[in-house]
Amino acid sequence: MRARDILDRWLPWAVGLAMIAALYCIFLVAPTEREQGVVQRIFYFHVSSAWTAFAGFATVALSSALFLWSGRQRWDQVARSAAEVGVLFCTFVLITGPIWAKPIWGTWWQWDPRLTQTLILWAIYVSYLTLRAFGGGEDVVRRWAAVLGIFGVIGIPIIIVSVRLLPGMHPAVLVTRKGTSGLVDPGMRLALAVTGLTFLLLFGWLVHVRTRIQRVSEGLEGMRADLDAG
Amino acid sequence: MLAILWKDLRIEWRTKEMLTSFVVLAVLLVLTLSFASQAAMGRVSTSRVAGALWVSFLFAGMLGIQRSFLLERENECITGLLASPVEAAEVFLAKLVGNVMLLGIMQALILPLAALFLGARIGDSLPALALVLGLGNLGFAAVATFFAAVAVRTRSREVMLPLLVLPLLLPLVILAVRATATVLDGGGLAGASPALAYLVAFDAIYCTAGWLLFEFVVRE
Repeated sequence: MRARDILDRWLPWAVGLAMIAALYCIFLVAPTEREQGVVQRIFYFHVSSAWTAFAGFATVALSSALFLWSGRQRWDQVARSAAEVGVLFCTFVLITGPIWAKPIWGTWWQWDPRLTQTLILWAIYVSYLTLRAFGGGEDVVRRWAAVLGIFGVIGIPIIIVSVRLLPGMHPAVLVTRKGTSGLVDPGMRLALAVTGLTFLLLFGWLVHVRTRIQRVSEGLEGMRADLDAG
Repeated sequence: MLAILWKDLRIEWRTKEMLTSFVVLAVLLVLTLSFASQAAMGRVSTSRVAGALWVSFLFAGMLGIQRSFLLERENECITGLLASPVEAAEVFLAKLVGNVMLLGIMQALILPLAALFLGARIGDSLPALALVLGLGNLGFAAVATFFAAVAVRTRSREVMLPLLVLPLLLPLVILAVRATATVLDGGGLAGASPALAYLVAFDAIYCTAGWLLFEFVVRE
């Protein structure tokens, strides 16, 4: 069996099992947070989605660079799939955040650095997807998209420092301002770790499936073009 | 590179097409934004002046920068330009310098108006303001010039340029507005220094990236 077949067969199962484990950890293992109550449990989804979204954008930049360098279509397909899945998870971050913020901060949205930087990244990759949607399938569009994917990621340091000039109220949970972890309960840590891994697995599977769909549909387009020409 | 820059500036000087249209547009934007903020709250604060100015610069500037490539698009001049023995990177630099100059001229014409209508006191802080605007223009022009070359070749080009560059320019908007507001408030360059340092970094990153990657977007 080739590596790809093994992925195709077992990855869905792994993702499914990991999801059950994650739900179990979130709702049964992790204790309820004392001050915030049950709404704090959304944190596990929120943070895991954020990691996944960032993994997605990093993948876009990396495969875009590889595409420009090698010219192999496969990297372009990976970049596009990762952008779609990354934007999806980034949207989850932007949805779960306000659901938590409304009862805790008393407002849906704050112009806090972290919120703003997530929103900026989301906007950049939405524009990436728009370019791909309207641009068409020519080679030059692939190169434009690749360049945009790279531009988005090299701007991240500037995005991070520039949003710090805005006043902030986002909690620093994983690394507090004193440099220690704010997440002390082992059950909570376990729940976060399991959920994070589950989301990364899910991400890998989605990108894999999406890339394959794209390869097949591009192959089909090519065949149609050949038929028309012949 | 200088030849391309010279050619663009000479065309602009003869037609004044780009400059007139985008200066008028920027003036209208400043006016619209001042009417809007007047209607909403009476006296306009310095921070809102800075915001209004940059929104006007961005939108008028994008149209102007787009023109610098539409010009090449007519009669397929860009193909000739790229066929000539110049590097794509040099075409980018020439366009970038030309666009930065035009943005500067536009701002020189807009600022007195802003002082008049928005009540901004620009007299005392003019050198500092010029530096802030210059740094902002460089980063803005780098991103916009780069993607204007892309946008003019897509089907929906009028929408495409803002769609591609506005998200990338959001950090620049934060930094430039912050620095402009500080300078207008009399904070001087020292007060605006963190934002200015990041602006320099923004300029450096995107000028370099544009210079290195321009070849990939213009090559057929």
